[in-house]
Amino acid sequence: MSDILNALAQASALMVHGDGPLWSIIALSMRVSFCAVLLAAIVGLPLAGWLAVSRFWGRQSVVTVLNALMGLPPVVVGLVVYLLLSRAGPLGSWGLLFTPTAMIMAQTVLIIPIVAGLGRQVMEDAWGEYEEQLRSLGVTNFQALWTLIWDTRFALITVVLAGLGRACAEVGAVMIVGGNIDGVTRVMTTAIAMETSKGDLPLALGLGLVLIVLVLSVNAIAQWVKLSAQRRYG
Amino acid sequence: MQSLNGLNYRLNVATDRLLMLPLILDRLSFCVKGQMLIDSISVQIEAGSRTLILGPNGAGKSVLMRLCHGLLQPSSGQVIWKNKHAGVFRQIQAMVFQRPVMLRRSALANITYALGLSGVSAEESRLRAEDVLEAVGLSQKAQHSARVLSLGEQQRLALARAWALGPEVLFLDEPTAHLDPNATRDIESIIAAIQATGTKIIMTTHSLGQARRLGDEILFLHNGKLVERSPAHSFFSAPASAEAINYLRGELP
Repeated sequence: MSDILNALAQASALMVHGDGPLWSIIALSMRVSFCAVLLAAIVGLPLAGWLAVSRFWGRQSVVTVLNALMGLPPVVVGLVVYLLLSRAGPLGSWGLLFTPTAMIMAQTVLIIPIVAGLGRQVMEDAWGEYEEQLRSLGVTNFQALWTLIWDTRFALITVVLAGLGRACAEVGAVMIVGGNIDGVTRVMTTAIAMETSKGDLPLALGLGLVLIVLVLSVNAIAQWVKLSAQRRYG
Repeated sequence: MQSLNGLNYRLNVATDRLLMLPLILDRLSFCVKGQMLIDSISVQIEAGSRTLILGPNGAGKSVLMRLCHGLLQPSSGQVIWKNKHAGVFRQIQAMVFQRPVMLRRSALANITYALGLSGVSAEESRLRAEDVLEAVGLSQKAQHSARVLSLGEQQRLALARAWALGPEVLFLDEPTAHLDPNATRDIESIIAAIQATGTKIIMTTHSLGQARRLGDEILFLHNGKLVERSPAHSFFSAPASAEAINYLRGELP
């Protein structure tokens, strides 16, 4: 117990004194995860909307696969992206392995199924209510998709945040494609894993605290946005 | 609702348009899993008068309207509009449902959205939306979110949205089923006002009082078949079919 308290004290001292490397690790974490979520939303939300409004043969199978992919193990995604980006891989010439870009790519792949899968559920519920009315107004599938994204935007914030939470918290994928290089690709989760195994518990704990505070505050803001929107728009 | 008399010209159905009526149903059938929900209905529905579709639960009233409107495809038979583009260009027919479906936007935006889909310019949409909102007495609530309006207001907004499209034919599926008497009266006067601008009204109802007030002609359905078609006054005073006599006998005070 005293170890933990000791570590906590050192961790808060570290954060208060604004340790340089610590903040650059935090900044990189945020940059990678936010970029990945943005890309995943750009791809995932239209995909979700399209799945919600269209009816084609094999649609149910696509939905099942998508739902299964929500639980994709990060290390496997990391491995696949690693193979794609490694010198001998198909995208090897891009020279992206062990860069933040590679980490963004891996996390994007990891969260697209989450955003698309949860988003489809949200939009399909709304579509159940809207379908007859919108068809009556002569909507095309393409128009319906954008209408659904706009009309469920507050619920979709929660969906996107679930993706962000996953991105911030995962360690396997960024470790494999990023390599945890000090000052280049070291993010909070990989640093925590490394410092723990090195025995530098205060730094690990400090990073852990920052991570938790960040995730909590992002979710609190989103919750507030959602609730106030619900009160306003019904 | 006093504004109903001083309607703006924008709400009138354009007379230079090709008229889409009469609507001809030719041996129309609709079948789900071997059950005939609509059983070979042939009828010609003319412009002008208000046509009410009556019948007990499960007679196929809502299904028939959805077939006419094009939301459902017939299993056999045809829905024939005089103007064959009527089914394609939705602004010339519109439908209001039993439960109003409100988009998560302002009352005004609910109307401009519908107009936008049928290709009306943003400026024209806004003008028309303001006109119909005034006509249904919702001007004060234009900027309110549609989904926080009362159910009666929502149904008025749904009618306004359909009206703004300037449809030649308006289908109404039990538009007052969930409303109290005051809200029902509002809806009925709006329906009358919409008809006054040149729109053909085709509606279903479970309220015989409403059918008496609004109906010019009655189509009576039973088990998916068109059993009787009569002018409203003779339907209520002297129904011709045994099914209709039975149905009218079951009327509650």
